[in-house]
Amino acid sequence: MSLQRTPLYARHVSLGARMVPFAGYEMPVQYAGVIDEHRAVRTDCGAFDVSHMGQLHVDGPAAHAFLQEMLSNDLDKVSDGESQYTLLTNEQGGIVDDLIVYRFAHGQYLVVVNASNREPAHEWLKEREARGTEVRDASDEYGLVAVQGPRSLERLGLSEKPAFTHEMGELDGIEVMISRTGYTGETGVELCCAADDASELWDAALARGAVPCGLGARDTLRLEVCYPLHGNDITTETDAISAGLGWACALDTEFTGVETLRRIKEDGPERKLVPFVMEEKSVPRQGMPIEGGGEVTSGTHSPMLDRGIGMGYVPTASASPETELTIDVRGKPRRATVVRKPIYRKEQ
Amino acid sequence: MAAAESYPDDLRYHPEHDWARIEGDEATLGITWFAQDALGELVHYEAPEVGSTVTKDQPCGEVESVKAVSDVVAPLSGEVLEVNAKAVDAPEVVNEDPYGDGWLIRIRMSDPAEAETLLDVEAYKAHVAEQ
Repeated sequence: MSLQRTPLYARHVSLGARMVPFAGYEMPVQYAGVIDEHRAVRTDCGAFDVSHMGQLHVDGPAAHAFLQEMLSNDLDKVSDGESQYTLLTNEQGGIVDDLIVYRFAHGQYLVVVNASNREPAHEWLKEREARGTEVRDASDEYGLVAVQGPRSLERLGLSEKPAFTHEMGELDGIEVMISRTGYTGETGVELCCAADDASELWDAALARGAVPCGLGARDTLRLEVCYPLHGNDITTETDAISAGLGWACALDTEFTGVETLRRIKEDGPERKLVPFVMEEKSVPRQGMPIEGGGEVTSGTHSPMLDRGIGMGYVPTASASPETELTIDVRGKPRRATVVRKPIYRKEQ
Repeated sequence: MAAAESYPDDLRYHPEHDWARIEGDEATLGITWFAQDALGELVHYEAPEVGSTVTKDQPCGEVESVKAVSDVVAPLSGEVLEVNAKAVDAPEVVNEDPYGDGWLIRIRMSDPAEAETLLDVEAYKAHVAEQ
């Protein structure tokens, strides 16, 4: 199968990005270098092409009831112009995808899903689509640019707004939906525009001083603040309670798999997803065993802390902060310590 | 800052993208510009121990970037005399100066004739061009 390209492909190539296959797309993993891009987002402002993410419109008089039944969080708490982090769950309480649902009006929603789950999530919803609801994959109609960092609003000329709100607006003449969301732990926005306007939007963000950032920095940034990555830290086989995502599950509402999740919550999970830092010079990686029956689900080198960091599932008895772990790094035992979320916290 | 692409004339090269600077029965070893560029910014160098032996064509340590880890393949056999502490403490030096301050280990060759099997700069450049 040939790889797809986002509307910004030509921009990435002309900026000298290193392109890699990701979720069926040819995406930039880095431009100048992961560490500099990461630091730009922590200290100033970076721009990411996230047009590969999936956008599903869910519309109709029954859309609200349908989504409330499909998604783990309480959609009743979301008003027009607001959005919410939530999970698409299966009957076993596993996670089909983690996503953000945007409400424009009653009966008018946008669901933004992970690129790698665009088809599974679309099929999942389409198969269960109720009368009075229409699910439509509109991913190819949009460009999506995330602009993140402490100076992002200033550079874009935007005012502060609460997180998880959105509005229509314009940036240098380009019509955009401005969403106060992101995947970096920094202040910022995600800008959604018509696919044909994406290059112009990207150019505008860069002209205003945003540093182009690739998937490499996107991964190190999200891991420093312990945002889970679907496919690594959460999957169709893992449940939200063990993953520490109980806060995104309204267990007093009825949704797919809720009974399983209530039971896990009541009994207490057997294992938990925990963040950890390495105590020795070593970089943990996905799939490495953790002594005592655990496994690393994400690992990298933290550019801010200059040490190995990661997340992994461990038995509940080993999940409290300050517990010492031993990680099998290609046959060598390496010491790590469980920490509190987030792994990296900006000095106040 | 990453170095510009270069392959010095006075080095011998291994197809797995390592170089050797041979002086008498000793050799200094490192990874080439191509290798460090493919990996990206190095964040960790797992070095062999001083006094251990390394064997030509076998792994003799690991270099790791934010995204990936790769074996360092020994271009020659011998005993490790010295490990570059700078590459262990600040591995980005390998990106900045792969043939100078970013060397990895110094060895005493156990079979100096092995050097004849390595590539000269023109052969290595041709090898890189095929990658």
